Amino acid sequence: MKTIYMDNNATTRVAPEVLETMLPFLTDRYGNPSSAYSFGGEVARDIRRARERVAGLLGASPDEIVFTSCGSESDNTAIMSALNTGKGKMHIVTTRVEHPAVKVLCGELTKRGVRVTEIPVDREGRLDMDRYRESLTPDTAIVSMMWANNETGVIFPLEEAAGLAKERGILFHTDAVQAVGKIPIDLGHSAIDMLSLSGHKLHAPKGVGVLYVRKKTKFAPFLIGGHQERGRRGGTENTASIIGLGRACELAADRMEEENTRVRELRDRLEKGLLGRIPHSRVNGGGAPRLPNTTNISFEFVEGEAILLLMDEYGICASSGSACTSGSLQPSHVLRAMGVPFTMAHGSVRLSLCVYNTDEEVDEVIDRLPAIIEKLRAFSPFWKPEGQACASGT
Amino acid sequence: MWEYTDKVKEHFLNPRNAGEVEGANAVGEVGSMACGDALKLTLKVDEKGKIEDAKFQTFGCASAIASASALTEMLKGKSVDEAEKITNQEIADYLGGLPKEKMHCSVLGRQALESALSNYRGEAPKKQEGKIVCECFGITDKEIEKAVRENNLTTVEEVTNYTKAGGGCESCHDAIRELIAKVREEEAPAKRPALSNVQKIKMIEETLEREIRPALQQDGGDIELVDVIGNRVLVASRGACAVCKASELTLTHFVEAKLREMVWPELTVEEVPQ
Repeated sequence: MKTIYMDNNATTRVAPEVLETMLPFLTDRYGNPSSAYSFGGEVARDIRRARERVAGLLGASPDEIVFTSCGSESDNTAIMSALNTGKGKMHIVTTRVEHPAVKVLCGELTKRGVRVTEIPVDREGRLDMDRYRESLTPDTAIVSMMWANNETGVIFPLEEAAGLAKERGILFHTDAVQAVGKIPIDLGHSAIDMLSLSGHKLHAPKGVGVLYVRKKTKFAPFLIGGHQERGRRGGTENTASIIGLGRACELAADRMEEENTRVRELRDRLEKGLLGRIPHSRVNGGGAPRLPNTTNISFEFVEGEAILLLMDEYGICASSGSACTSGSLQPSHVLRAMGVPFTMAHGSVRLSLCVYNTDEEVDEVIDRLPAIIEKLRAFSPFWKPEGQACASGT
Repeated sequence: MWEYTDKVKEHFLNPRNAGEVEGANAVGEVGSMACGDALKLTLKVDEKGKIEDAKFQTFGCASAIASASALTEMLKGKSVDEAEKITNQEIADYLGGLPKEKMHCSVLGRQALESALSNYRGEAPKKQEGKIVCECFGITDKEIEKAVRENNLTTVEEVTNYTKAGGGCESCHDAIRELIAKVREEEAPAKRPALSNVQKIKMIEETLEREIRPALQQDGGDIELVDVIGNRVLVASRGACAVCKASELTLTHFVEAKLREMVWPELTVEEVPQ
């Protein structure tokens, strides 16, 4: 059975071009980039090139790129650095819909006496900018705000938010793991101080990430050790992955247009096709600016995990914000923050595309999913076949 | 991804007896869409009290659907008296086991069965007994006690796995802990005689010395026992604890939890000004 992979916000396939660039560093060219001899020193040169390529995609300068092991490490580094260099400032501003890498860390920090303000979002997932403005105080050490939401694809007005923080002298960090490669980013003309990205979300392998740190930003390393990354992140470089990430960033820049035209069209067609064929369904965050590749659809009267496992029978890969798939008993914190009713949140499915998805795959999902929903609704106690669905018992 | 047995997968992909029995004379409905799972069980019982037919309608995840399917298979051909005795554990066993986080799916089956059988006997639909402990999922103290008793549960996490109680905002965890302690005491009345005040104070002092103060001192903090009035333990914070913004959390999450565990489950810790 062919796999139809529509879960690119979870992870992506390694691009063949990326793998090709990496292979020599997993075989013959295993030298340590810190070594004095050319067998190692030449690897350092390739890392330098990778750094330039990453910087190129972000509109940053190569010195501002710190390689890490993943997006979560980058997020942790940024927030802890702000607290450690913040001269006793004990307040963090973030949002209610952050990735656990930020959300759970902030939760832990409250136990150590840090005050955390989570800015709410509206029904479409848009940030409450008034509340944001009011939340910035002289005690605020850092704002950490995701650029685009992993579950809904909703994009926050990042530049405006960063500008407001800058006016008040507050550090601004963004978890841009979902945004990088999907929407244009130009840090050269921006008020953003720190930005996290993750390799495996843009067709590089897992185990490599980046923290962008604007020049002259006060910084305290998270992983303390060797002189690597100019003392900003100890530990021998993950050379093959870093070099792969460099190539992936170059590819992402080349494919940005395709992402925003062909991929967007695929997503729109998929969304329209499913909404048209499946009654009692709605897009979460559909009224807000969104990433071109993501759709999050709720199917009422059925439960997400059951949908995913039936899709799995056809090799279709997707995610859900239902309680049963989140590993907890409550549906996704993102959908709850948006006020999506529980009855809708339990039946949510996220489909996230990439440049490797095809028209045929979209057709197949549009073809298969309605029957899956119908099958589950047929024995849902809340579904009335005549179409007069009854929401009693909620 | 959950690790389901082949039997769970098979019942999920090909559910038996999905739908509604026509002319059912025993109907049980439990759960709600808000909770994330719901089950409606319809049975037809003949004059001799034998279950002729059983069908289900489920809103829920794969294991909820499989549990309902399994239950209907188990019920068919059984007498009402035999059906009465089916436990949630037997439903799980029929499926070759359920992941522990999913045991509440089997409990849902058992609850629907109880509800259907009382409906068959013409009893008025059972009013919710007891008081709600878990606001998020509307679970009562009686339901929690029952699950604790029947499945021999000992931790809040287990109670959540079986009943969902405590799986939301978590604010009822202390109440659940008390219910567990209450059931445990009923079960083993001899093991834990009520403490005299002198014994209680002595044990509190010992626990503070042995378990609590060394941990606090590691962080530059300390605590002092001021008095014990009934189940109220009055303490004063010292050192870093006295100025730490998080010390209130430490008191409830650590000190109180420890004292409840080691001394007496109904103790509450209060801070008094120095």
